[in-house]
Formats: sequence, C-alpha cells, structure tokens
Amino acid sequence: MALNITDDIFEKEVLQSERLTLVDFWAEWCQPCKIVGPIVEEFGEEYKDKVKVVKMDVDANTDAPGRYNIMSIPTLIFFKNGQPEKIMVGVQSKEQLKQAADELLG
Amino acid sequence: MENEIYDIAIIGSGPSGLTAGIYTSRADLKTIMFAGLKWGGQLMLTTEVENFPGFPDGIMGPELMSNMRKQAEKYGTKIIDVNFSQADFSQNPKKLVTEDGKEFYSKAVIIATGADTKWLQIPGEQEKIGRGISSCAPCDAAFYRNKKVVVVGGGDSAMEEAHVLSKFASEVYLVHRREEFRASDIMKKRVLENPKVTVFYNTAPLEVLGDQVVEVIKFSSKNLKVKPAGSNDVKELSPEDVGGKIISSKDGETIWEFKANGMFVAIGHIPNSGVFPDIEHDEKGFVKRHSDSKTNIEGVFVSGDVHDHRYMQGITAAGYGCEAALDAQHWLEDQE
Repeated sequence: MALNITDDIFEKEVLQSERLTLVDFWAEWCQPCKIVGPIVEEFGEEYKDKVKVVKMDVDANTDAPGRYNIMSIPTLIFFKNGQPEKIMVGVQSKEQLKQAADELLG
Repeated sequence: MENEIYDIAIIGSGPSGLTAGIYTSRADLKTIMFAGLKWGGQLMLTTEVENFPGFPDGIMGPELMSNMRKQAEKYGTKIIDVNFSQADFSQNPKKLVTEDGKEFYSKAVIIATGADTKWLQIPGEQEKIGRGISSCAPCDAAFYRNKKVVVVGGGDSAMEEAHVLSKFASEVYLVHRREEFRASDIMKKRVLENPKVTVFYNTAPLEVLGDQVVEVIKFSSKNLKVKPAGSNDVKELSPEDVGGKIISSKDGETIWEFKANGMFVAIGHIPNSGVFPDIEHDEKGFVKRHSDSKTNIEGVFVSGDVHDHRYMQGITAAGYGCEAALDAQHWLEDQE
C-alpha cells in the first residue's frame, strides 16, 4: 500500500529519497482519483524495487501541493534527487506510468 | 472472455451506453461493454445533477453513474475499464480491439462514445492543462480559492462553470466572442446577477502565457463591451478600464493582455467518432443516424452525444441508449 505522506515528512520521504519517487496527489471528493488510486498501487507493486510510491491528500496538506502548484487532481509527480522531473495531470494508465518511470530511470 | 462471441458490444459507459446495457442484458443478450479508462461520461465531471428525472433533491453525477453501472452489472453486462482502440465492422461477427491489444467478437455493436471537451487550441493551452487551464469547474474550482479566473463560453456549460467558480474564486471573468449568450434564461440570469462575475463580450482568447502556471491571457476584442460585477449595465470600455494592457489596436481589433490565475474552457464538446473511420458522420463529427438508431453499417447502432448535437442531456442520452438497445435486439431477432 502506498504510504500516505504529510507536509512535515515530505522533505524526508520525497525530496531526500535516494530512489525515484512518485507522489500521487488526491482528495476524497475526487472521482478520477479513485480510478487512478488502484492503478498507482499496481504500478508500485510492479516497480517496487525501482520506484517509491507515496500519496498526499491535498485537503489535509497545503504546503507541498502549494509549492508544486497543484491546480487539478489527480496530479502525479515523479521526483528525482529532490526535483519534480515529470508532472502528469489527470487519469493515467499503468503503461503511461511505466513509460515515464523507465525514461527517468534511464 | 475474449473467445466468446457476444450478442452486443457497447462502446462507451455514459448514460446512453449503460442504459443500453441494462436493456440488452435484461433481454438475455450477452453484452460486453468497453467502458474506457475514464468511465462514466460527462456526468462524472459534475457535482449536483438537478434535472435528471426521479431525483427531487438532485443527485451527484458520479453517484448517478455508479448506480447506472451497478444496475447494468446486476443484469449481466460485462464491463471492462479499458479504452477501445479500433474495430473491423466488415466481418461477421464484428471484431473489436482494445488498447491493450485484446480482440473481442460481437454480432451487434452500439456506439455510445459520447463527446469530449472542445479546446480553444490556442498557443499555451495544452501545456497548461492542470496548471491553470481546465475544462471542469466542479473538478478544479477548489484550487482557485481567492484567485482570479477566466471562463470562456456562452452556453449553459459556461454559465455553470462561472457559477461553480464564483464560490471559490475572488473574481470571475466570463468571456464570450459575441454580445449575446446562447445559454438558457435561467442559467443566464443566475450568472448575470452574480456579484463576483464580470462579463467581457466580443472577446476571444488568443494565447495563454506563464512560466510554471497560467499568469496572463492574451485576448482579442472587437468592440469590447463589459458588464461589471454587481451591475446590470453593459458598457463599451477599453481594456485598460478593466486592468488589461493593450498590445496593439488596428482595424477595430484590440489585442490585449489580462492577468489571471486560470482559464476554464467551456465552448462546447466534440463527438468521439474519430475512432470509427467507416461510420458515416457529418462535417463536425456527429455520427449520422439512418432510420432509428442505425448507422450506415448493418448491425452497428448509435446512441447519445456522439450523434446528438441538439439535446445533449443525461436523460436524452439515456433515452437514446434504450432506443439503440431495442433496435439492436430486434435486428438480432431478424437475423435468426
């Protein structure tokens, strides 16, 4: 299960992570997020040795969502070495996530 | 699942597809539905639906669609959440292929793929989707709290978008290329009386500008008329009167820049018919209905917003879905 992270551990869990990290920004009232959730979990399982997957509730946290200009959800951001390397807005398929990860893993 | 031959294959999972599925399944026809990754159609992107009959207190769009889906599944419709890719309607049974490369076979097909957002297709627009550009206020309005937003359009959708946004945004600017909205009276009235909504008539967006997010919209106005927020008067004004910066003014057209945190596009929808090259459609992409819900191809039927450009309501889509189901059922009986 993807770890649910909050503003106070964002730095440690995401920006300081040694692995490529995918952050899934979501909220309870967001329908498309409910479609993306299971897809992100499946992707996380398949790529568990290469990518770290975490989720962030934008209702409960305003710091990181504000800093990274989240203006629509679902928004998925791949972080590498503390930088937001790829931003994906809207529903994505598992294939699209895998392709994005493969490109960033080099 | 792939090796069976279905009686009915439904492409699309909005109110028309799901109603068709309920009917065909209850008629004991083996039904499969390609719902798409983003299943449920346009009502999944709205909040309260107040005009679908049977719900005096309204119902949330996603809840209505969830109920329809449960109903179709209850009677046996097999629903798979994959995107449809292409079909071969020249053979019998008809062959349908999904995005993951799987092939399915069905005697009859109902096309219920609906319609999608029509974008402005101006520079900067696509790149900023989700970063200040949106086409769904119910989805994204919460991210524009206390911000300044633009809504583009003149129909009911634009009125709805402006109304929803006004609950969060500090200022809403409704921009329309003509001097009259084509929206229904009730929707028009609600927006024109909204104390947070300013209207710019005779204006169209040309470009979206900004670094990480939307910062400025470049407009073209031919005789800018403004209805200020909280007033009923429409005045001929200069862009500078509304805080805009004029870039050029020539032959009656003024190009100007306007600072905004976001722009919501609500100029209409385009039918999802492009994926069926053999199906006859008009120049705008709306599938042509031959008698009843038939298309130009035997055994292929159509329902909902992919052909209907006149009504485009949840209830009319559902009605068309029922028609297509009954027509497909009779056609199948005639084949025996």
